[in-house]
Amino acid sequence: MTAAAGQPGGPETGTALDGAAGVSGTAPLLSASGVAVSFAVGSALAARIRHQQRLLRAVDGVDLDLARGEALALVGESGSGKSTLALALAGLRPVDHGEIRFDGRVLPARRSRADQRRIQMVFQDPYSSLNPRLTVGGMLRELLRVHHVVPSGEVEAYSKELLTLVGLGPDALRAYPRQFSGGQRQRVAIARALALKPDILVADEPVSALDVSVQATILNLLRDLRGELGLTLLLISHNLAVVRHLCDRVAVMYLGRIVEVAPTARLFSDPRHPYTKGLLAAIPRLADSAFSQVAAADSGPAVAGDMPSALRIPAGCRFRTRCPIAQEICGTADPALTQETGDPAHQAACHFAFTAAPPAAAVAARVAAAPPGVVPGVPRQRQRKD
Amino acid sequence: MSEMSFTKSSGAAQPAAGPVLEVSDLHVQIAARHGTVRAVDGVSLEVAGGEALGLVGESGSGKSMTLRAILGVLPPEARITSGQIVLDGVDLVPLSNSDLNRIRGPKMSMIFQEPMSALNPVMRVGHQIAEGPRVHLGYGRSKAAERALDLMRRVGIPDPERRFRAYPHEFSGGMRQRVMIAIALSCDPEIILCDEPTTALDVTIQDQILRLLARLCAESGVSLIFVTHDLPVVAQLCQRVAVMYGGQLVETGDVRAVLLDPRHPYTLGLVRSAPDVEYVRDSLVPIPGSPPSLVTPPSGCRFHPRCEFAEEDCKVLPTPLRVLPGGRSTACLHYERCQDAVAADRVGP
Repeated sequence: MTAAAGQPGGPETGTALDGAAGVSGTAPLLSASGVAVSFAVGSALAARIRHQQRLLRAVDGVDLDLARGEALALVGESGSGKSTLALALAGLRPVDHGEIRFDGRVLPARRSRADQRRIQMVFQDPYSSLNPRLTVGGMLRELLRVHHVVPSGEVEAYSKELLTLVGLGPDALRAYPRQFSGGQRQRVAIARALALKPDILVADEPVSALDVSVQATILNLLRDLRGELGLTLLLISHNLAVVRHLCDRVAVMYLGRIVEVAPTARLFSDPRHPYTKGLLAAIPRLADSAFSQVAAADSGPAVAGDMPSALRIPAGCRFRTRCPIAQEICGTADPALTQETGDPAHQAACHFAFTAAPPAAAVAARVAAAPPGVVPGVPRQRQRKD
Repeated sequence: MSEMSFTKSSGAAQPAAGPVLEVSDLHVQIAARHGTVRAVDGVSLEVAGGEALGLVGESGSGKSMTLRAILGVLPPEARITSGQIVLDGVDLVPLSNSDLNRIRGPKMSMIFQEPMSALNPVMRVGHQIAEGPRVHLGYGRSKAAERALDLMRRVGIPDPERRFRAYPHEFSGGMRQRVMIAIALSCDPEIILCDEPTTALDVTIQDQILRLLARLCAESGVSLIFVTHDLPVVAQLCQRVAVMYGGQLVETGDVRAVLLDPRHPYTLGLVRSAPDVEYVRDSLVPIPGSPPSLVTPPSGCRFHPRCEFAEEDCKVLPTPLRVLPGGRSTACLHYERCQDAVAADRVGP
């Protein structure tokens, strides 16, 4: 374990990256600024007739810093753009605007092999993300040869170390993916990502395809690997419980934007964006007080309505169509991420995130309009277990 | 909204009248190349009127097969080998498909996990909702349409007059699931079988759908069987829970008692391994090993190879559900140990 632990992500991985930010407070390891990714939708003919291509703005101007060694979670509902952002950061999806810096250096649109190696991904579905016709050994061999990670004579020994590191025996080398269970496949996928000694591991919903009891093993593995290898982790998840278990910092995405960033404990105890509040309130809990909470049918939903289509992003604040405290200003001015005075780590993109609540009269009107039992902007009671 | 038209003609206040659905000693076997898979192996359940029962387990535990057996939609290679499924006094097992068709709809209906694959993509949503009342209740075109509109309003589909003529692809995931619920309700069933209806949905939409189901249950007195692997969801919606493992029930009882104070090591394992937003631990405690083969299940208690409390007798003795005080039951021979472990968990960090 120790031999393998020393290798991936070890100090020798830095080539042109001397003077890397090793301590917090210095330059971030990965930094995105103004990143936007859009997809062309509709037919090319219609686009020519209208002289304009319809664009689905999946990621729409995101600034995000990832410090060395931290675990950052990107949470949001499906369609919020979190996976697209992850692909863009990993260099698997071209970026329309904005730049991505790695260790202070802007990464070009077409990344060199050395740059590709720095950021590796683990995907959601271990059934479709592994080549069914290659043994695990073959998979790793190919990867290690292309990227010249270790001398060819050491490939086998290194592969075995990797498999041991992720909790699979060296026998796994000769096995095909179909011979593994879902959890084991995800371990193979993690070994494959770690084989290139990346600085950053991007895990896109790594446990959502797995059974509950298996999820725990993979989450524990990711947590242990972080400790052993000093990995920087970007975890994409819709499951806030998973996030709370694994990450130091959380960024909440909504319709292609980051609406709130905060240290994990802070986000859960003192959410400032109404969307974050709703998201937290909507999580089913096992705590004593949560039982049959929804069965007390007088309370309204945590967040009403559906997320609008990314083809028709509302003007002003994107969340205003579902927001319980939306005011006139929210329809006209798009709130930027602002920070609370004195705490740059906690940022939220809401006009009323850090100011006093909107005028009482306006809220009262909203309360009257809302379903009974909902106090806008105030999450339903969140109870602590034990 | 015409509240009365949705309550049962027999009156919604009938929970005391005994179980709506009673499954006893159900066995489902699947013929496979490598042998006979005993997917459901002696399951007995009761659902009272207006009650929501959670059926929990991991994939391969037989929970979906149980549900499909009740509805009579088992895959062709699977069949019920023994047992009874009594709905409203009628045993469904010996019934032919055409007899079952008269029961599916007016007596029981189902909500699936993937509304997009369960809805007809080329039929207008309103007509899909109206189809049940036309076929089963003998409604005319306009009366059925009126009922469909009423149902759409009731499940919270905005602007139902316009949405009536829309196709499923024009709806979001949450709205499609609302359509599914409207279809399930369309013939006033006694019981709705739900197969992971919120698993494919986002957490805020899941919250909306759970609230909707809870409200419908309370208003119309319809019973639910809610199959899921998500314990917190069960905690929010259901009154009783049944935990399945390896084709058998291992623990049943009041949802609060079972999930907060389990008496079976498997339930305890599920609770311990799930990350909880309110309860952060240093590391999660996974259940060691993997689910049992259902072709050659382990002898004795099926959980014994993975169980931290297992003794010699667990390997040989049969483990039927045993009734404990408080209306609950467990299949564990040494449930006191589980009880002690829960108590230790509480005191511990």
